[in-house]
Amino acid sequence: MNAVYILWLRQLKRYFRSKSRIVGALGQPLLFLFALGFGFGPIYQQAGQGDYIQFLVPGIMAMTILFTSMFTGIEIIWDRQFGFLKETLVAPVSRFHIMLGRSLGGATIAIFQGFVVFSISFVAGFKVENWLMAPIAIVFMFLTAMLFTALGTAIASFLEDMQGFQLIMSFLIMPTFFLSGALFPLEGLPGVLTYITMFNPLSYGVDALRGALIGSTHFGFLVDFAALGIGGTILLFIGGYLFSKVQI
Amino acid sequence: MHEAYLKNDSIIQVRNLTKKFKDFTAVDDVSFDVRRGEIFAFLGPNGAGKTTTIKMLTTLLQPTSGEMLLDGFDPAREQNEVRRSFGIVFQDPSLDDELTTYENMYFHAVLYKIPKSTRKARIEEMLKFVQLWGRRDDQVKFFSGGMKRRLEIARGLLHLPKILFLDEPTLGLDPQTRNLIWEHIKDLNKKEHITVFLTTHIMEEADRVADKVAIIDHGKIVAQGTPRELKERTGSATLEEAFLTYTGKTIREEEATGLDNMRMASKMWTRKARR
Repeated sequence: MNAVYILWLRQLKRYFRSKSRIVGALGQPLLFLFALGFGFGPIYQQAGQGDYIQFLVPGIMAMTILFTSMFTGIEIIWDRQFGFLKETLVAPVSRFHIMLGRSLGGATIAIFQGFVVFSISFVAGFKVENWLMAPIAIVFMFLTAMLFTALGTAIASFLEDMQGFQLIMSFLIMPTFFLSGALFPLEGLPGVLTYITMFNPLSYGVDALRGALIGSTHFGFLVDFAALGIGGTILLFIGGYLFSKVQI
Repeated sequence: MHEAYLKNDSIIQVRNLTKKFKDFTAVDDVSFDVRRGEIFAFLGPNGAGKTTTIKMLTTLLQPTSGEMLLDGFDPAREQNEVRRSFGIVFQDPSLDDELTTYENMYFHAVLYKIPKSTRKARIEEMLKFVQLWGRRDDQVKFFSGGMKRRLEIARGLLHLPKILFLDEPTLGLDPQTRNLIWEHIKDLNKKEHITVFLTTHIMEEADRVADKVAIIDHGKIVAQGTPRELKERTGSATLEEAFLTYTGKTIREEEATGLDNMRMASKMWTRKARR
């Protein structure tokens, strides 16, 4: 278990030492928050849906978590050839522990990033519905982060080099974000979109964050928890298995 | 422990080792022995199969066929036992640049389960050995190529391995640093009786440090012996001449893979040493 701890610690140390990464990773979510939040705010209000910023903030937090955790997973491609990870692959440590430590580290960072976005959103006028519910948000942030780190790891185990990264960005990460209900309500969507959002794990993460922070959920906490918990566990084992088969 | 192992003093035994990638045979029916306490140089042109062989011996790659024993254990099956018994310096960097010298060593110590009581003393000893103790709290990203290499060697030795693998340890280093590194390695081999398995393109280095040499070309071993034997057999004055006699003068063409592109990017993005 020491290996899990040391790999977790490594992720954190790396993160807090590269200031450019902290700032860089916040640029996109903040742009979305301010541009979309204030841009679509009036229309949303006119449609009788209330305050769009309130609706959007949990979605942008989920987006931050999605990007950060997928990146942690996919970073393995680089790390196993030119980084410390290669060192761990010849160490007498189980591959599953390596992956678990790394994923927990990535999840911790993702949650931290989510918090930063959360804090900044108050500047945009965000208000938490019920502070007693807020701790629930942490649980769901963690589940979402673990799920997507595991997914990233599973994908990275297949890829030989970073060339495929752009492909994943365009065909997996972006669609996962846009088709999750992070930007729009899930009620009354056309049929196909309803099904897509239903099979998108991020939908449940976004939904639960909304439940915890602004007090309205589409699926309900129980469904969210089950979907993220079961999906995450399955992906963690698939990712762990694929990673254990990695040869370099 | 396997029986054959007990009968002789070879620490590495390789028999008919073969590795195929689709229709390309990278390592083709290779057999050799490395004796305990020996410095063994594995030489060959680019793409000859050196690194592939090292990867199989160090549990990173599964062989297509053939047998290997490393200190009595099979790298293809008894991975954990094998992993405890060797240290390695890879061809590509494997330090964490964002971490300090000490942290890189400390993380290695934890992964190899070096007991807490001896951890600090052992790290200090090894860092002093490669003369990096004074830089222990500096981030590795500010180090020169030579300092990184020295740190990787110190780290590879931290858990008292019986065998040290060095895949082109002096690649891209200046003569002073190369000299220093070989002095360290010879010193270590003499004092601690560590078996050293190395690859290099600089024949003069191999001639100077190696007790035994194997030359591999197109995945097959074409000659084995002491540097002196190889020179005598080919009537050459230097090991480089002997090497060219065995492997010919044709330049090898390797197709660039995605990995090579990454390697290039890694070199471009790695910061130059400040001091």
